[in-house]
Amino acid sequence: MAAVALSDRPRPTGVGRAVRDLVDGARAYHLWGRLGWQDIRQRYRRSLLGPFWITISAAAMIGGIGLMYSRLLRQETDEYVPFLAVGLLGWFFIAALINDACMAFIGAEQLIKQVKLPLSVHVWRIVWRNLIILAHNLLILVPVFLYYHRAVDASALFSVLGALLIALNGFLLGIALGLVCARFRDVPPIVGNLVQLAFFLTPVMFQTKALGSQAWIAQVNPFFHFLEIVRAPLLGSGLPVDSWIYAVAATLVCGLITVGLFIRYRSRIAYWV
Amino acid sequence: MAHICADGISVEFPIWSPSRRSLKTAVLRATTGGRLARETSTRVMIQALCDLSFEFSRGDRVGLVGHNGSGKTTLLRVLTGIYEPVRGRLDVAGRVSSLLDLSLGMDHEGTGYENIVLRGVLMGLSPSAIESKIGEIAEFSELDDYLSMPIRTYSSGMLLRLAFAVSTAIAPEILLLDEWLSVGDASFRDKAERRLLQMIESSAIVVLASHDVSLIRRFCSRTLHLEHGRILADQAAAS
Repeated sequence: MAAVALSDRPRPTGVGRAVRDLVDGARAYHLWGRLGWQDIRQRYRRSLLGPFWITISAAAMIGGIGLMYSRLLRQETDEYVPFLAVGLLGWFFIAALINDACMAFIGAEQLIKQVKLPLSVHVWRIVWRNLIILAHNLLILVPVFLYYHRAVDASALFSVLGALLIALNGFLLGIALGLVCARFRDVPPIVGNLVQLAFFLTPVMFQTKALGSQAWIAQVNPFFHFLEIVRAPLLGSGLPVDSWIYAVAATLVCGLITVGLFIRYRSRIAYWV
Repeated sequence: MAHICADGISVEFPIWSPSRRSLKTAVLRATTGGRLARETSTRVMIQALCDLSFEFSRGDRVGLVGHNGSGKTTLLRVLTGIYEPVRGRLDVAGRVSSLLDLSLGMDHEGTGYENIVLRGVLMGLSPSAIESKIGEIAEFSELDDYLSMPIRTYSSGMLLRLAFAVSTAIAPEILLLDEWLSVGDASFRDKAERRLLQMIESSAIVVLASHDVSLIRRFCSRTLHLEHGRILADQAAAS
């Protein structure tokens, strides 16, 4: 092989190919469905409880933090624990989607280099994997809501919609971040740190009202709004219209950036991983 | 109608040392102008394939020959559709199947049967299409009851048998092979070879990359000799 000095300017590639990748990827659900399940199974292989370890570790965390922080923050447990449970589960979902998004293409290196598949398959795989984890985690809410006599009404359907909107954003982010991380390998740890920091700035463990006059900290925080569209209906505080507007707008912006990046750099991903 | 037409295709790999891949360097480059300018102007690219033009049509049995690193595997990956050429035009008509990595995507905790399905789906089959093939694949692999066991319990020979049985279960229009596949013990090897030959016969176009001259002579009607990513010779094989 001859080593030559040449510029590596990305070439504009067909919009058609990018769209086709997205369409074919979404339709290959029997492929990413399997791969997503396989990820979960491999993580808990040969353990007695299998994926229900996901449920148990989340339950332990909610129990521990709930009892400790309700005292620390001087809140009634029957208000605080359900708030924390829903918030933490939502946060786990969001944070895992973002962290996995970084590895969407890097982690699929073997497959990308050996078989021709739509690249979006690898992103749907991580979205699906995280939806499975979320489903396992939701089981925790049953005893929590029963114990604290919380009723769930039809408005909980808005929470489901909210979770789906988060999943959609997870997909968009998986394409965009996955691509950037394949090229710049320093980005995953940067993102990891930011997500960790965001956890402490976002009202997950504390209520928004605790911010008092500093409520703007939550208002400008996209994590807060995505969390709120799932959390508020489940806690019976109705439909958070402002947060929905914010979240939908953020999705549109995220979608535009993602599509732009994907059209321009899709063909380079196989070279980068 | 199976057909491959390449017109001046090139493939280049950018080479980044760890510092090249890093964001820090990219940021510094943007902010410090002169200091790193020397580095930026000499980004190293490996030219893996350079300006290749060829045409394969129905009935062609092409042998790819050349030294290590001459671009054989890269060309197979380009034909598979994994690397899109950075320059030139490539048209591939026909369903391509490439036997580049037999044991790709196997789930070691899954049973033999589950892996047949998984592998089939990776090859682009629908689950129902695989279901209809499963009996034949199981029979060919001769693994019998082992197919209900997790494949981590298999020996490496058994693994290859399973992988081979699945990978060769459907005849593609365009078959790409990286080296001849030889699996299993003596009796299985004969059987595998017969199956591979059958597959080659039923494919419209076959491209086989190999170092084995006698093999190329035996199977190929045409050889494409690559050297440093360029075509050195494209000729009918001497028979």
